[in-house]
Amino acid sequence: MKRIILALAASAAILLPGAASAQDKTKACWVYVGPIGDYGYSYQHHQGLLAVQKEFGDKVETSYLENVPEGADAERAIERLARSGCDIIFATSFGFMDATNAVAGRFPDIKFEHATGFKRDHPNVATYNSKFHEGRYVQGVIAGKLSKAGVAGYIASFPIPEVVMGINSFMLGAQSVNPDFKVKVVWANTWFDAAKEADAAKALIDQGVDIITQHTDSTGPMQVASERGIKAFGQATDMIQFGPQTQLTSIVDDWAPYYIERVKAVIDGTWQQQDVWGGMKEGHVVMAPYTNMPDDVKALAEETAAKIKSGEFNPFTGPIKKQDGSEWLKDGEVAEDGVLLGLNFYVAGVDDQLPQ
Amino acid sequence: MGMLEAILLTIATAATPLLIAAMGELVVERSGVLNLGVEGMMVMGAVTAFAVAFTSGSPWLGLIAAVVVGALFSLLFGFLTLTLVTNQVATGLALTLLGLGLSGMIGEGFVGLPGVKMTPIYIPVLSELPLVGRLIFGQDPIFYISLLLVVAVSWFLFRTRAGLTLRSVGDNHNSAHALGIHVIAIRYAAVMFGGACAGLAGAYLSLVYVPQWVEGMTAGRGWIALALVVFASWRPLRVVAGAYLFGAVTIGQLHAQALGFGIPSQLLSSLPYLATILVLVLISRNRRLTMVNTPASLGRPFVPDR
Repeated sequence: MKRIILALAASAAILLPGAASAQDKTKACWVYVGPIGDYGYSYQHHQGLLAVQKEFGDKVETSYLENVPEGADAERAIERLARSGCDIIFATSFGFMDATNAVAGRFPDIKFEHATGFKRDHPNVATYNSKFHEGRYVQGVIAGKLSKAGVAGYIASFPIPEVVMGINSFMLGAQSVNPDFKVKVVWANTWFDAAKEADAAKALIDQGVDIITQHTDSTGPMQVASERGIKAFGQATDMIQFGPQTQLTSIVDDWAPYYIERVKAVIDGTWQQQDVWGGMKEGHVVMAPYTNMPDDVKALAEETAAKIKSGEFNPFTGPIKKQDGSEWLKDGEVAEDGVLLGLNFYVAGVDDQLPQ
Repeated sequence: MGMLEAILLTIATAATPLLIAAMGELVVERSGVLNLGVEGMMVMGAVTAFAVAFTSGSPWLGLIAAVVVGALFSLLFGFLTLTLVTNQVATGLALTLLGLGLSGMIGEGFVGLPGVKMTPIYIPVLSELPLVGRLIFGQDPIFYISLLLVVAVSWFLFRTRAGLTLRSVGDNHNSAHALGIHVIAIRYAAVMFGGACAGLAGAYLSLVYVPQWVEGMTAGRGWIALALVVFASWRPLRVVAGAYLFGAVTIGQLHAQALGFGIPSQLLSSLPYLATILVLVLISRNRRLTMVNTPASLGRPFVPDR
C-alpha cells in the first residue's frame, strides 16, 4: 500500500514541476532491503528514520520504500525517490551499491548515502557503516566461556566481507578464552526467511552446537534455541522477548545518531562526502544487556566491550593466522580498515570453507 | 532423540506448509482456474493465525480464523476472475501483492511479539517408539490435517462423482456447461477451497514453524507450492513426493554445510529446486499421461453464452 501511495506521489511530483521545490521542508528518504516489520536490520534503520522525524519535527519530511530487492529493481526504486523530491537518500543495504552510484550520477543536487558499501563514484555519494564486528568479538568471548561443547553454530547470510569479518571476529573472541574453540558455519543464502533460519538453527543444534549466533535478520533462530534449551545471541535488535531464558546479549544497530547528524548537515548546507565507519565508540554499535550468564562471564564481557569502546583494544590485533595456517598479522599489528572491508578469508580455526 | 529422527522431524516441518498450499492449488487448477495468489493468501493466513492466537491465547481459534480468512480472501479473486472475467494471471499476481501489503499493515502491531505455539499431540507409548515414534505419533495437529487432506483430495478427485464433475469443468468448460453443470459455481467452490488451504499453510508457519509474525514471512513458499503442482502434473501423490523431497533436500543441504563438506553453499542452496524439478520431471516424463492429467481449460476464461 505504501508503495502505491509513494508511486502516486512520485507521479504527481513529475506532473507538477516545482511542486516539490516550492516547499522549504527538507525531505529525507530511505530504501530498505526488507520489511520495516522484520524486527531486525530494516526495522533498526526505520527506527533511525523515526528518530529523525522526532528530532526535526515539521522541518523534515520523511519517506521510505521497503522490501526493495537488491539488483535491477533497486535502481528504479532509488530513482523514483530521487524524482519525488528527496534531498537526501539513504540506501541501506550492501546490494544497493551500484544502483545508488548510478542514480547519484544523474541527480547531482541530491545527496546519497549508502550503508555498508565502499563505492563513492560521485561527489554527492557518501558511505557509512558500523563496526558490528566489535560486538561479535564480545559475543565470541562469551561463547568461548559458556559453551560446554566448545562449538558454536553460526548462521550466515551471504559471503560478503561484512559477514566474513563478523565470523572472524567472533572466532577470535572465542579463541581468546578457549584456544580450541570451533565454529560451524551454515550459509542460509538469505537475509530474511524466519523459517529457513530456524531450519538452519535446528540443523546446527542437531549436530551438537550449544550456542547459536546469526548474521541473518529474523528472530527464528532465537525461538528454536529457546525451544531446544540452548543459548543464543540476538541480531540487530534486542530480541529478549523471543528468548527470555536464551538470549545472552545482542548487537543493537543504533543508526539514529548518524541519521540525525547527516540530515542536519543537509538542512544547514554543510553536507560533505565522507566515509564513516563508526563502532562502539561512536555509539553506532550498542550491546543489549548481558543476560542468562554467570557474573564472572558478564564481568569479562563488560570489560572487553569497555576496552573496545575506549579504543584500547582492536579485535583484529595480531598475532593472527589465516585459516590455512599462514601468518596474517604479526604480534601487535592491527588490521587496516581497507583490508577488513575487503576481507575474503577466514582466520585459523573456522570449520568451514568460504564460498567464493 | 537421535539425529536421524531429529532430521526427519525437521523435514516434515519444512514440507507440511508446501504440501497444504499445493493440495489446495491442485484442486483449484483441476477446476481450470490458475490462481497465482497463493503467496498472498498464505501470508494473510499467517498474520490472521498469529493475531487471533495471540489475542485469544488459543492457537486453534487462530487456525480456524486463518482458514476462514484465506477462503474469504480468495473469494475476491473468484469474484474478479469468475464473475467479472478478468485475466487470471494478472489478478492472481495482484492478489499476492495485496496480501503481502495488507498483511504487513494488519500485522504492524504484532511485530516483535513471541507467539503462541501449537502444542504437538503425543500419543502415549507409540510416540516413544525409536526413530518413527515422534515422526508419526508425536506431531503437531496441522501435520495430521495435511495427511488427511492428501487422502481426502485424492479420494474426492478420482473416486467421487463430484470430483469427476470438477475435473470435467477443468478439462472442457463448454462441454460441462452444455451438460448442465454449473461451471462458475464449481469454480467458486474450488477457488475458496484453495484459499482455505493456503490460509492453513500460512497458519502453520506462524503457529508451528516459527511462532511469530514478521512481514513477508512466507518468503516465497506460495510460489514453490504453485510450482510443485505443475511439476507434479496435477497428481496429489506426486505433490506429496515433491513437497517432501524439497523439504528433505533443503534440510539435508543445511546439515551438509554444518558438517563442512566444502561444497559451495550457493550450489547447495539451489539444490532443493534442482532436485525437485528433476525428479518430478522424470516421473512425469510420459507425455501422453501428462496430457491427460493437464486440465485443458486451465487459465481460460469462461463466459456462459446463455
